[in-house]
Amino acid sequence: MTPLAGCLLVSSLLFSVGLAGALTRRNAILVLAGIELMLNAANLNFIAFWRFGPHPEFLTGFMFVIFSIAVAAAEAAVGLALILAIYRHARTSDVSEITEMKG
Amino acid sequence: MTPWIVQNLWLIPVLPMVAAGLSALLKRKERGLSAGLAIGSMAISLLLSLKAFAEALAHPALQVKIVDWMQFGDQWVQLGWLLDPLAAVMLVMVSFVGLLIFIYSLGYMAHDDNFARFFCFLSLFAGAMLGVVIANSLLLLFMCWEVVGLTSYLLIGFWFHRPAAAAAAKKAFITTRVGDLGLLIGMVWLYSQSGTLIFYGYGNGCLEQRAVTAMAAHATVAGMAVSTAIGLLIFCGAVGKSGQVPLHVWLPDAMEGPTPVSALIHAATMVAAGVYLVARVYPLMSGSALEVVAWVGAITALFAASIAVAQNDIKRILAYSTVSQLGYMMLGLGVGGVAVGMFHLITHAFFKALLFLGAGSVIHGCTEEQDIRNMGGLRKFLPVTFATYSAGMLALCGFPLFAGFWSKDAILHAAHGWDVSMGPFYLGAIGALLTAFYMTRQMYYVFFGQKRTPAATVTPAAVAAHGAGHGVEPAVSPRPGEVCAVEDPHESPSVMTGPLAILAVFAVFLGFVGTPAWPWFQNFLNGRGVAWDWAGFSEPGLVSTMVVSSLIVFAGLLLGWWFYGRKPIVNATDEDALESLAPPVFHALGNRLYVDEFYGVTVIALTRFCAAFASWLDRWIFGGLVRLLAWTVTGVSWLDAGVDRFVVNGGFDEGCREVSRGGRLLSRLQNGRVQTYLSVIAAALVVLALWLLWGHRG
Repeated sequence: MTPLAGCLLVSSLLFSVGLAGALTRRNAILVLAGIELMLNAANLNFIAFWRFGPHPEFLTGFMFVIFSIAVAAAEAAVGLALILAIYRHARTSDVSEITEMKG
Repeated sequence: MTPWIVQNLWLIPVLPMVAAGLSALLKRKERGLSAGLAIGSMAISLLLSLKAFAEALAHPALQVKIVDWMQFGDQWVQLGWLLDPLAAVMLVMVSFVGLLIFIYSLGYMAHDDNFARFFCFLSLFAGAMLGVVIANSLLLLFMCWEVVGLTSYLLIGFWFHRPAAAAAAKKAFITTRVGDLGLLIGMVWLYSQSGTLIFYGYGNGCLEQRAVTAMAAHATVAGMAVSTAIGLLIFCGAVGKSGQVPLHVWLPDAMEGPTPVSALIHAATMVAAGVYLVARVYPLMSGSALEVVAWVGAITALFAASIAVAQNDIKRILAYSTVSQLGYMMLGLGVGGVAVGMFHLITHAFFKALLFLGAGSVIHGCTEEQDIRNMGGLRKFLPVTFATYSAGMLALCGFPLFAGFWSKDAILHAAHGWDVSMGPFYLGAIGALLTAFYMTRQMYYVFFGQKRTPAATVTPAAVAAHGAGHGVEPAVSPRPGEVCAVEDPHESPSVMTGPLAILAVFAVFLGFVGTPAWPWFQNFLNGRGVAWDWAGFSEPGLVSTMVVSSLIVFAGLLLGWWFYGRKPIVNATDEDALESLAPPVFHALGNRLYVDEFYGVTVIALTRFCAAFASWLDRWIFGGLVRLLAWTVTGVSWLDAGVDRFVVNGGFDEGCREVSRGGRLLSRLQNGRVQTYLSVIAAALVVLALWLLWGHRG
């Protein structure tokens, strides 16, 4: 098993865990945590393809992941703020109960 | 410079019309205000008329005022008014008699519910009648003439809840319409011939020299001059309005109206409008037209007088007497000129108004009784009425020195001297004999003898009606044998006897303004001065005519006494003295010589047939066509509706249902749960990944 394949395996496991968490959890914060896990699985892929790719000397993948983590931090802040606002509005953070956007 | 009164002559008719308009807006219970408006406006009109009369005295020449009314094409339709002695005399007569009758109505109509409406109509009538008098345009005259006809209709039918009154009103309106059609045609013809309907317009009027000579020179059918033809057509209108034979049938029936109306409209003023019209368009009347006028008048005079002999209703006798006297006026116009006819018009207006108001007083005092057979002996109960009625009766008979004597004698004298024929003179003379006879008969029946006890007993309804109100005449015409004297007859209030007294004075003395020795009236109409001159009597044939006519009057009175006064009439059911003498004649006269029946089987039957035919045509031919068309359209509509409902609507509805169902299905996906969406995304991702892997391998 090449190191790249091991990395991709870990990353797909991580993604599956994140997806399972996002789909099964009722609490919005845990859903958000699941989403963060999936995002980090993607970051891990970036790193793995960069490190074991044809040009490891350019810091392209690394830079991309740094930006991605910064964006994920901002996204987490926005997501938490949204969850807080929804909680204040609906008095719950259970996503299955918040169905106001139903068509 | 036209004097103020000529400039503002229009005020005289307009004031009563305005009063009528105002009182039409009043509530029914505003009785005093309505009567006040009518009487006040009439009093002002009388004052203005007197001022106009003074002006005409000072300047007898004709004065006119013409105003533009409306334009069509390049022509202006002009209206205008005029003041000449003829109009001035009529103005004073109409407004004076009118005012007296208005005042009398205060008493007579005092208990009527529609008091205000009555005064509204009376004012409208007075205004229109004054408008007829001052009109300087045949068009304006015609308009006022028609308003007069309308108010006549409204007032005859004033008690419209009585079928007889409603029918009489219709009869009057329709019968006069026959004559008015002739007037209208004459008017249109006159306009087409002379280009104007203004009577006198500084040389351009249709009655002035230029137009009349042009029309007289122009011949039409049967060699008749156009002016003669137009004159005769206009005379048709006068025949209708003035109740001349053969259109006299409406006037006796018009007595269904309240008695003041009979006095004002159907004795003194409106029916005289026809005579006035002929006098007004006199320049158009050539010799042959005047011959027709004279003959129609003479025949009417005798015809109506003979019918009056056998009538039993107090007002109907007076109505036929009016028709007869109108015939005399026409005869006077035909044979003697404007002054002769108009003199009789004026004196007749006063004494006939007096007689009608006296009859009203009798009816009022005698529990709404109108049948003279049920009266009798009223001399004792109604002294004022009796005295004034006698004055009117003597004036009507032409008793020497009373008003009617002078005016009727002038007519007979003129007829005697007519060079065309002596026929009208004889007709008029016999008519005068009959006039004296039937008035004597009436006097004996009403005022002399003793109070007659009717055969039938008192009905409670009659008593109740009397208690409820004097102004309401009984719902059915009184039948012979029905009761008169529920209680003793009573004299009328002074508001009613006052006008009687004033009119009686005029009935006695008015004739002196036109005696042969002092023919002030005649000369005033002709615009000449007058001086006292006994030589007026020396005109050939005058004194002999006077003696003859006086003898005729005495003979009539004597005959009346012989038949009715010699033996007092005891019972209401007694046979009339004439009836026992010549029953067929009496019955024929009593049935008004079957003129109504004659019209019933000729004119009315023809009209009925035409109406039935037109109705049949309308119902089956035109109606059938219309119905066929309607059915076709309805059928097409049904078809259209079916297509619409089942094809167009069905298809559209189905489409709508499909769209709606699709929407419902799709909306199920949008359940609002984030995780469902995520699962879908995940499933899609898995599918995508599988598909990519599959593709890569393939």
